[in-house]
Amino acid sequence: MQSLTLIQAITDGMRTMMRDHEDILVLGEDVGKNGGVFRATDGLQEEFSEFRVMDTPLSEAGIIGTSIGMAMNGLRPIAEIQFMGFIYPAYEQIMTHAARMRYRTKGALTVPLVIRTPYGAGVRAPEIHSDSTEALFTHMPGIKVVCPSTPYDAKGLLIAAIEDPDPVLFMESLKLYRSVRGEVPKGKYTIEIGKGIKRKNGDDVTLIGWGAMMPVIEKAAEEAEKSGISCDVIDLRTLYPIDKEIIAESVQKTGRCVIVHEAHATGGLGNDIVSIINDTSFLYMKSPIQRVTGADVHVPFFALEDHYLPTPARVMKAIEDVMYF
Amino acid sequence: MGYEQQFPLQQVVDHNGELVLEGYESKISQDLVLTFYRHLIRVRAFDRKAKNLQRQGRIGTYALFEGQEAAQVGSALALQKDDWMYPTYRDHAASITFGHSLPTILSYWNGRFEGGVPPKGKRIVPPSVPIATQLPLATGTAMAEKYKGTSNAVICYFGDGATSEGDFHEGMNFASVVKAPVVFFNQNNSYAISVPIWKQMNSPTIAQKAVAYNIPGVRIDGNDIFIVYFETMKALERARNGEGPTLIEAVTWRYGAHTTADDPTKYRDQEESEKRREYDPITRLERFMKNYGHWNEEWVQKVQEEVEQEINQAVIDMEAMPKPDVNDMFDYIFAQPTWTIQEQKDAYLKHLRGEA
Repeated sequence: MQSLTLIQAITDGMRTMMRDHEDILVLGEDVGKNGGVFRATDGLQEEFSEFRVMDTPLSEAGIIGTSIGMAMNGLRPIAEIQFMGFIYPAYEQIMTHAARMRYRTKGALTVPLVIRTPYGAGVRAPEIHSDSTEALFTHMPGIKVVCPSTPYDAKGLLIAAIEDPDPVLFMESLKLYRSVRGEVPKGKYTIEIGKGIKRKNGDDVTLIGWGAMMPVIEKAAEEAEKSGISCDVIDLRTLYPIDKEIIAESVQKTGRCVIVHEAHATGGLGNDIVSIINDTSFLYMKSPIQRVTGADVHVPFFALEDHYLPTPARVMKAIEDVMYF
Repeated sequence: MGYEQQFPLQQVVDHNGELVLEGYESKISQDLVLTFYRHLIRVRAFDRKAKNLQRQGRIGTYALFEGQEAAQVGSALALQKDDWMYPTYRDHAASITFGHSLPTILSYWNGRFEGGVPPKGKRIVPPSVPIATQLPLATGTAMAEKYKGTSNAVICYFGDGATSEGDFHEGMNFASVVKAPVVFFNQNNSYAISVPIWKQMNSPTIAQKAVAYNIPGVRIDGNDIFIVYFETMKALERARNGEGPTLIEAVTWRYGAHTTADDPTKYRDQEESEKRREYDPITRLERFMKNYGHWNEEWVQKVQEEVEQEINQAVIDMEAMPKPDVNDMFDYIFAQPTWTIQEQKDAYLKHLRGEA
């Protein structure tokens, strides 16, 4: 065991896999000599090679497009997009080719590709560095979406993503990169994609979130406990495919649910979770499900980002709403 | 010196069928000439048959390539068997020549999943539909060959309109930086659906765009199968030798519509297409064969009959394919279906069976 921050766990995950598999390589802007703008790839180029840890041109569609072409030809690239707000030039490549190649060739050509990207607000970043647009990708057939909130999960999920035979978008909370630390096993282990985890057991209300919202949710849960409300806290970890069982099991116990995400409300993943509850547990519900999300506005300039992001107080308010309906 | 002078249109054989470039006579064997001819008439007959099949409602919308056969056949014949091909939706003459099966190509245009499956042992990617998106992919595939230490190369097709896309630049730039073994093969037919090249770009040639990437740029007569073949071969050799990518501009013409769903008379005078028949790639090869003693009426007749028979058989095979399998709609999104897809599939199949 080692005590690592979330970003160190990600580096450790890549290094662990790259040591054993020469077909795995990392590419992106500034990932080589500089070790990435967040240092996620620190030391990797030194240990491996300039090809396997490649500083690419500033070219998001090019990074993803070449990664797809490499993946179709037997390699397992891990592409870094510097910020999620910069992924959009590559959206076409992901939608048209990465997520579709298996489909249009009946499995003859496949794209085992991991796209790592830091996401989310709350660190006073310049504009367009704080997007959380997972729903653009969960809506897309043919790609899985993963978003860990702990160092242990980050490494295990990253290795699972690398071993997955299909494309995986790996969202890394830049707010959590260095603000969480935890025990991480040395060597290889995986966490199954598609499985959430219960962070806390409670009977009165189910709280569901992922990534950077987990500390916010956990804080609200603590507050609620003080008022005698016990919370069942679920960290979804995978955003597509969503762990339906863990949600159904929990809300059928509590009959109440609050979903928290920092992405915009309309078309946000919270709505899919509401649908899952509707499909599996409608008659168990004691009150309407509440969503605490970003508004249907872009993440604002950072002077206002605290007003955009869900807070423990807003989550607490939603808990009260579902409790005292 | 202007770019048109810096990148002159090169020919080996002119439209009268005369050798115009020195040093090529010894490179042109009869076997090569006859191979060219057989492939050219084969793909033209295929294209015309496919057009008719569409008119008869036996396949869906079809993208015609008549006029561009030399560019596609010549470049495809320059490849070696383990090379990769990234065609667009108008490049099935290239993929057929490289070894794709005729019924499979027809089935692609008949809306069948089977049409996207590369032939066994052939590295032919399904046609790229969104313009220029295949350039970065081809670069990546070439990078992987280089990393594996092979001498395989990649050919990537695209049209004149593609050069306006961002992905054209991203693919070309990336490939030039990493010296990827890829040949970017442009077919400049002067029209992107209805938009003529002078509305597409300010530059008089496409080949000159290579200057920006500091890679070789070659401008050739795309209706001269000889120059196409030999220049593609040279570019592939450079790629195999670690010298990186080449941009080839093959100037050609599509006689007909963009697809069977398009009417070219709306945007251009089709008399121009008729005039262009004087520069037809097949007529040119026939003239060359007659001029240089390769023409054998009996052999030509025989080949034409063989080709016709093969194409008729392809239509029969395509139409004899089993009915489309609805499972195909669900089964190839992921290696293992997610629960959402599994549930959706189960529910739909139940519905099809008429179960409640």
